[in-house]
Amino acid sequence: MTDERGNGYKSGSRLERVLRAGHFAVTGELGPPQSADPDEIRHKAQLLKGITDGVNITDNQTAIVRMSSIGAGVLAIEEGLEPVVQMTCRDRNRLAMQSDLLAAFALGMRNLLCLTGDHQSFGNHPTAKNVHDLDSVQLICMMKDMRDEGRFQNGEEIKGAVPRFFIGAAINPFADPFDFRPYRLAKKVAAGADFVQTQLIYDIPRFREFMQRVVEMGLHEKVDILAGVGPLKSAGMARYMRDKVPGMIVRDEYVDRMSAAIAEIPKEEKQARQQAFREEGIKICVEQIQEIREIEGVAGVHIMAIEWEEAVRPIAEGAGLLPRPSV
Amino acid sequence: MIVGEQKPLDEIMQLLGDARKVLLVGCGTCVTVCFAGGEKEVGILASALRMKSKLDGHPMAVDEVTVQRQCEWEYIDPLGERLADYDVVVSLACGIGVQAMNERFPDKITLPGINTTSLSLPVEQGVWEERCQACGECVLGVTYGICPIARCSKQLLNGPCGGSQGGVCEINPDVPCAWQLIWERATALGQLDRLLTVQAPKDWSRSRDGGPRKIVREDLQLAERQ
Repeated sequence: MTDERGNGYKSGSRLERVLRAGHFAVTGELGPPQSADPDEIRHKAQLLKGITDGVNITDNQTAIVRMSSIGAGVLAIEEGLEPVVQMTCRDRNRLAMQSDLLAAFALGMRNLLCLTGDHQSFGNHPTAKNVHDLDSVQLICMMKDMRDEGRFQNGEEIKGAVPRFFIGAAINPFADPFDFRPYRLAKKVAAGADFVQTQLIYDIPRFREFMQRVVEMGLHEKVDILAGVGPLKSAGMARYMRDKVPGMIVRDEYVDRMSAAIAEIPKEEKQARQQAFREEGIKICVEQIQEIREIEGVAGVHIMAIEWEEAVRPIAEGAGLLPRPSV
Repeated sequence: MIVGEQKPLDEIMQLLGDARKVLLVGCGTCVTVCFAGGEKEVGILASALRMKSKLDGHPMAVDEVTVQRQCEWEYIDPLGERLADYDVVVSLACGIGVQAMNERFPDKITLPGINTTSLSLPVEQGVWEERCQACGECVLGVTYGICPIARCSKQLLNGPCGGSQGGVCEINPDVPCAWQLIWERATALGQLDRLLTVQAPKDWSRSRDGGPRKIVREDLQLAERQ
């Protein structure tokens, strides 16, 4: 990754260049291992290489301890991927965040996604303290000031190289209060977000309604919105997300389609059922991307195939997103 | 007790904005005892607001009332009828009282007039020292009755750190080192055993970290509420 300073780019990351050139962007996701094994990253990286413009490296995702996103990001760069480093506010205060931002930039990372972070009670260390010194909006402000003003959060000048990130944020169009969600996006935009990725979309009408409001507010012209999609693995997963996951809406049609996919296959034929599930999951995802792509204000897609990185290529291929443009 | 300090007058004026009719509501419990929000402080603040607003050219009408406990419905309910006469209410109670007012009277904004600072002990007249952080899992039984969660700046359970010097904390010479105090107490009692035990990481889920806390005592609930 070269330093693109002075050419009008904020960070010069591939993701930024793809979006600035007006291409429909594709990002993916890579979850670091719950171990010190670098090969897991390398293996997953190979599955995503060449099919995405950037790959989110999760930060202790779902509050489960994993290899750090910046550490895993170094391995991803070595494998030829462009990381979108995720940073949550749960585990670090502003000192740790800023020192990690300096390190991430020094190590070649150019995209950074600011998140609040899942509460630790959902993870594997529920008795931990949480930090939340800053929230995600404040983290965006801090990064923007570091980049554009060359100042630390305390106002002191950064003497020397300034970390210049393409700043990302997350939005959930499906959580309540629904009517407030576009305003929260506006707040992240005002704070300095360059791009946002949405929560997994399994309710396109609702997403369309959200985007209509976003377009009315003119937010799509100020920030690149990447729609979050992901292949369903099974009918059970669809039902679980519909019924149990806070802030998610899964329309019954998807649950029904997943169930129908295996209706003709006897229970004992587990592999055949799994295969049928996966084919249907990928098919639905491809159709969703095609539909979402037509919605005004959508600048790209964020494909989340958690622990199923193999699915990203057929999805991107099926949706006509390959090959990725050279920028 | 719950201890607080009055907010700067300028901040209160700014919060009040264009309000012209203001009711100050004091609380007769903790904040009276710590001289932050009782009847007397309500009176002083009311005078200050009248003078300041007059000087600013937009005089405010400020009325005063103090209830016995702002954190209990039965004491604040009688205020309901009066509130319609005011643009805004300023509570001089702790954060619990301010929220009780806002919850009970949703049509009227109640603003905070004090900053709630701590759960403190009045160690001498005019001096309050923090003693408890309501962490939800009391460690006083293994720290010789001195709380390192409230009194150690790093909340160490296996202190002291290297910044303890001459009995005081590195952050400020006015802050006694909690672990110095624990050590002194333990040695005076001839009971070092607990200090030599490695204390495991604390369960912070029972503190604020685990989310807002709630206690439900079914044995105390009234039948019709169950």
